[in-house]
Amino acid sequence: MAGREAGPASSATYRPEGLVDDPYGGPTTAEQPTLPRLGARGTLRWVWRQLTSMRVALMLLMLLAVVAVPGSVLPQRPQDPAGVARYIAESPTLGTWLDRLGFFDVYASAWFSAVYLLLFVSLVGCILPRLRVHVRALRARPPRTPRRLDRFPVHDELVTTATPAEVAAAVRRTLVGPVRALPRFRTHAGTEPSGALTVAAERGYLRESGNILFHLALVGILVSVATGQLLHHRGQVILVEGRTFANTVTDYDTFEAGTAFDASSLTPFTLTLDEFTAEFTADADAKPRDFAADVTVAEPGREPRDATIKVNHPLSVDGSKIYLQGNGYAPDVVVRDAAGEIAFAGAVPFLPEDPQYRSRGVIKVPDVSTGEQIGIVGYLLPTALVTADGARSVYPQPDNPLLVLTVWSGDLGLDEGVPQNVYELDTARMTQAVEDDGTATTFFVEAGQTVELPDGLGSLTWDGLPRFVALDLRHDPALTWILVFAVAALVGLAISLFTPRRRLWVRVGVAPAGAHGAPGDDAPGDGDTARARTVVAGAALARGDDMGLDGELARVMDAIRALDGRRDDEPG
Amino acid sequence: MSLGELSTILVWGATTAYAVALVAFATDLARLADHAAASARQRGAELASTAGGSTAVLERTDAAVAPERRRAVGIAMSTATLGLLLHVVGTVLRGLAAGRVPWANMYEFTLVGTLVAVATFLALCRWRDLRFLGTIVLGLSVLALGLALAAFYVPADAVEPALQSYWLVIHVSIATIATGLFTVSFALSSLQLLKDSWEQASPRLHHPRWQVLGSLPSTRDLEAISFRINAVGFVLWTFTVMAGAIWAEHAWGRYWGWDPKEVWSFVVWVVYAAYLHARTTRGWSGRRAAWFVLVGYATVLFNFTGVNLLLNGKHSYDGIPEG
Ligand code: HEM
Repeated sequence: MAGREAGPASSATYRPEGLVDDPYGGPTTAEQPTLPRLGARGTLRWVWRQLTSMRVALMLLMLLAVVAVPGSVLPQRPQDPAGVARYIAESPTLGTWLDRLGFFDVYASAWFSAVYLLLFVSLVGCILPRLRVHVRALRARPPRTPRRLDRFPVHDELVTTATPAEVAAAVRRTLVGPVRALPRFRTHAGTEPSGALTVAAERGYLRESGNILFHLALVGILVSVATGQLLHHRGQVILVEGRTFANTVTDYDTFEAGTAFDASSLTPFTLTLDEFTAEFTADADAKPRDFAADVTVAEPGREPRDATIKVNHPLSVDGSKIYLQGNGYAPDVVVRDAAGEIAFAGAVPFLPEDPQYRSRGVIKVPDVSTGEQIGIVGYLLPTALVTADGARSVYPQPDNPLLVLTVWSGDLGLDEGVPQNVYELDTARMTQAVEDDGTATTFFVEAGQTVELPDGLGSLTWDGLPRFVALDLRHDPALTWILVFAVAALVGLAISLFTPRRRLWVRVGVAPAGAHGAPGDDAPGDGDTARARTVVAGAALARGDDMGLDGELARVMDAIRALDGRRDDEPG
Repeated sequence: MSLGELSTILVWGATTAYAVALVAFATDLARLADHAAASARQRGAELASTAGGSTAVLERTDAAVAPERRRAVGIAMSTATLGLLLHVVGTVLRGLAAGRVPWANMYEFTLVGTLVAVATFLALCRWRDLRFLGTIVLGLSVLALGLALAAFYVPADAVEPALQSYWLVIHVSIATIATGLFTVSFALSSLQLLKDSWEQASPRLHHPRWQVLGSLPSTRDLEAISFRINAVGFVLWTFTVMAGAIWAEHAWGRYWGWDPKEVWSFVVWVVYAAYLHARTTRGWSGRRAAWFVLVGYATVLFNFTGVNLLLNGKHSYDGIPEG
């Protein structure tokens, strides 16, 4: 992959100025004015180079930020289909165009996907060569000591009476640190043709390791999420107190799964809602304070167990999680037809529409023994307050429950094989019971009461008021992997951002005769004036801004100075 | 008086102290500017007289101002510290009054976010002389606290079931800390841009009062410090987004659903990631990278205010009654 310049680990990127934080030192391919030779291969290679250049990665990142925004402003079909429908109804021309261009499902649109997929292709094309370079760098020795150390911004020199070998040993000792098995610096000692000793050292390989780990973990997250999309399944069910549902596709009200999902993989456990409790603040705002669903779970081959599902505490069953997503009331009613036969009996969930749980529901009665089918529509008011303006609920608990209903008769339209929404009444072929003045007949039912339906349609008895919960079962086998990669990304990121990467060189030579007023002879033990003067030059270089760089070099130079002190203390 | 009311009074006190500190910081900057302008004039005159009419080049050295001339900044630092003390106590009392951590609605996020910004600023000042940042950081904090007290305020209270989770402690606190850090580095990068323009002799910064920029650290240093703070902020933000996803998985049954808050947290994250890449891209480091910090901070602010107030999603925890 010729697309990359030398990676950051090669010495070419550490320029003596040490000031420019550019891992790709030297002109990047993108900047070269010469056009590539034409031809399919040349063009392909050129495109690949562009795509894996840092500049394009930068553009794609910015583009990703921009294309993500519309989805937060426009209603999105997966989250808010009703909002989308409303939008299109209100501005048909614009809405239709936006719809055609994918603006109502931004995160699944071709253009959004294109941006992030290109980004990830770029990332892989960028990171793999870096990985190769890095692996090589991990085995290589630190870069050679540059000829002139005084050209580095961080450099120092000193003269000592210690011998060059002593100095070199002290330098290495300081750089390696107390734990030899875990050296702070990797060091390499050398001898130059002039006879000068050199120590070249480098630390911070972890920085690049962290960076590569981070980027690869991002790919890991993307792949795990995509795998999860294929394998996941999700079912929603409304469960009334005292009822049981089984974990089969048909028992869910809605069920949705990835293309690789296998229905036979569902474990047939059953779940019974024993009781649901709700707590609200006592004031008129009635803010919710606690919701708890007590359930019994029976898994095949196991003792049934009791459990509680709360909003932040889903229940784990067989690798799936069951969430408490909603709750409400399901009035238990019996409807008798005109002949007095029981045509319907059961609890009918009414969906809450406001914080005081004014709830709307539909009772469909198709199985009448005589006459027309019946549809009953209306509201449940848990704590009803009836005034001249109408009836409303003033508190979500069932302190004074009241049903406010109207009745339709005719053909419910259930026999056409078209799936119907159980919470809506299709009134196309039904007529509403009305008063003499033409207004809809509204009747009130209190708990335990039986009322006659208008027009002699029959009667309705309200037996009880159990609660229901809306449960959401999710299974996504990729979750663990997403978590693993996310943690890896976070760790890699922290390592790569906070590990200083430094190179340090020391050259130890003998001062030329007379340079420091010392005699040029090497023989030790002739007393101070006769002792050789050792000249030490050191320089340090960091990748990027590094506030601790001066200190790093100072530590080494101080260790050399300490040699002088020790020698002075030693008699003779 | 209840704990909650006491907390509010303390927050008012902190805001007032910050406002006083802000005035003092601004006074100090004005003095520095006067001094810089005066010494530049003087040097210009010297140059003119010695070089015999050659164009005087403006000296842009660090104008060291004698300590006694900087009494204002001493006052500023002490009032800011006093404000921080009141701020801390006020925030703790708020938590006690509500019987939970004090960051569950917009008023409280603002309370804690500004607390982190001021505390970071004061802590940084012990490490290096960054007192010139005082005007920006305290200016933003006074503005934010004023807005919080006037517009976002809700009485201390317990939270709804969706928020009853230890993730509230983790996710939101880290998010607020990250926001505080982003605020400080925003201040640094803005100054970097200003100083850079001034050094390029931008005509808009011609007025002598901009001479004060000469006494700030070099643009390189400003950029380096800003980067270090942004790096910490970015790691914390990454954690925030991940923790948010884990919490969403617990509370809402999905780890990511492109809720407006999620979208904007993602946008913030991507912009700061772009910033990190810009810094390492030829021709994009320095000035252009600093612009990313400004854009990034704008997205942070929008994520906090705009998303809560304008776009509705699952994250509507501002606690402000509608209508
Ligand atoms: C999903 C897309 C990407 C995201 C979210 C992302 C994020 C990041 C982050 C947060 C950092 C900071 C860590 C650090 O500075 O060490 C970083 C660094 C880096 N990224 Fe990316 N990146 C992405 C794609 C790419 C691509 C496509 C490339 C190559 C063209 C790339 C190359 C690099 C390099 C070389 C660094 C190290 C910079 C340095 O030397 O400090 N990244 N990336």
